[in-house]
Amino acid sequence: MIAVIDYEAGNLTSVSRALDYLGYPNTVTGDPAAISRAERVIFPGVGSAGAAMESLKRLGLHTLIRSLWQEGKPILGICLGTQIILGHSEEHDTACLGIIDGNVRMFDSADREDDGSPIKIPHMGWNRVSVKKDHPVLAGLKHDDEFYFVHSYYPDPVSADQVIGTTCYGREFASVIGSDNLLATQFHPEKSGRAGLNLLKNFCEWKPC
Amino acid sequence: MLSRRIIPCLDVHEGRTTKGIKFKDNIDIGDPVDMARMYYEQGADEIVFYDITASHEKRNIMIDVVRRVAETIFIPFSVGGGIRTLEDMRAVLLAGAEKVSVNSAAVNNPDIIRQGARAFGNQCVVLGMDVKHVGVSPSIPSGYEIVINGGRKHMGIDALEWAKRGQDLGAGEICLNSIDADGMKTGYELTLTALISQNVDIPVIASGGAGEPEHLYDVLTRGKADAALIASMVHYGTYTVPQIKTYLHDRGVKMRMGW
Repeated sequence: MIAVIDYEAGNLTSVSRALDYLGYPNTVTGDPAAISRAERVIFPGVGSAGAAMESLKRLGLHTLIRSLWQEGKPILGICLGTQIILGHSEEHDTACLGIIDGNVRMFDSADREDDGSPIKIPHMGWNRVSVKKDHPVLAGLKHDDEFYFVHSYYPDPVSADQVIGTTCYGREFASVIGSDNLLATQFHPEKSGRAGLNLLKNFCEWKPC
Repeated sequence: MLSRRIIPCLDVHEGRTTKGIKFKDNIDIGDPVDMARMYYEQGADEIVFYDITASHEKRNIMIDVVRRVAETIFIPFSVGGGIRTLEDMRAVLLAGAEKVSVNSAAVNNPDIIRQGARAFGNQCVVLGMDVKHVGVSPSIPSGYEIVINGGRKHMGIDALEWAKRGQDLGAGEICLNSIDADGMKTGYELTLTALISQNVDIPVIASGGAGEPEHLYDVLTRGKADAALIASMVHYGTYTVPQIKTYLHDRGVKMRMGW
């Protein structure tokens, strides 16, 4: 069973629907006991970092996610879930979980696209990921595969060793980060067509050592 | 760099895709779930559903369509048409749509944009604008006016001012439809599209007038649009989504080519 963590941060049904489509039993739950029992955990989220951290604390999930990570349970972060895994977010100056050391920064509206036009914020649409470190969850990724992004802030881990993949939008940023049994994407694999479904499937089969 | 998006648009009447003759003589052209799956498999980057069901009692049919689409395709899709309240928005988003678009309801009650953005996030709220060229006047300084009811009712609102206001109220994207170009198949309204795109910070989807792949090239380059809506040029098999994307890619427009 895969637990999709429900901490009242946006609509999480799309992740669950994608897992249903792939044939992986899953449950959308905020119950710590059910999450602890699950074989693997997906930590999604849409919304703001401040509100998300408040919800996690209220539901008693902020310490649980760290302990699941220490136990070695496979965890997939998505979008806001990924940002929360870092130490701090510039969004409402929010202290986050700190599983990966680093900051979440806002895109700079002074940045320019490759064609010289000013970037639009949020970064919304399809973009590529260039792989910096081979990872089982990224297996089968083709160079021209693209993923669906919707975000105004981006992960900026301290250690380059934890950057699995990067994306260019005005600047190059870490769009896939990871540490041991944790992998986290800034994009939405559940909305990224075949490439995204392939990544989800890889995660569902992943056996971190 | 972001890819430009190609977005098929399906008009849905009482659960069936129809030819876009609104409110009368609806011609059935297929099941919206089947058509969405076909476009998804062909590499469409997003899909827009526009519910033209007139009867309020039959609107729950659309929610069922949205739910079945969400189980079938794994790219973003938006739903518009008849969205008037926060509850209408919630129903569509919970059924699995990524975004919801408001058009005439926002003209009548701009606060719906702010309420929707606050409740669900800016990225969920698309401001749909129907625009007609009327010439420059003191009340319409851009020369483009907001209209509703398929262009029959002029609202006395300047399109550029409305686009900026929509952005300030929290819209995450604009779907800009030229009533003049709509259905003509002679190309998008490039002047209007460039005017709006260059004066807002949020993405603009161009709509109305697509008949040839070259029209998409024009609106994504000279028109500065972030995305282009297409309907009849793919619905009747004149072109396929891969043909259009390959054409644009070959002419140097950034496209998502792996799907």
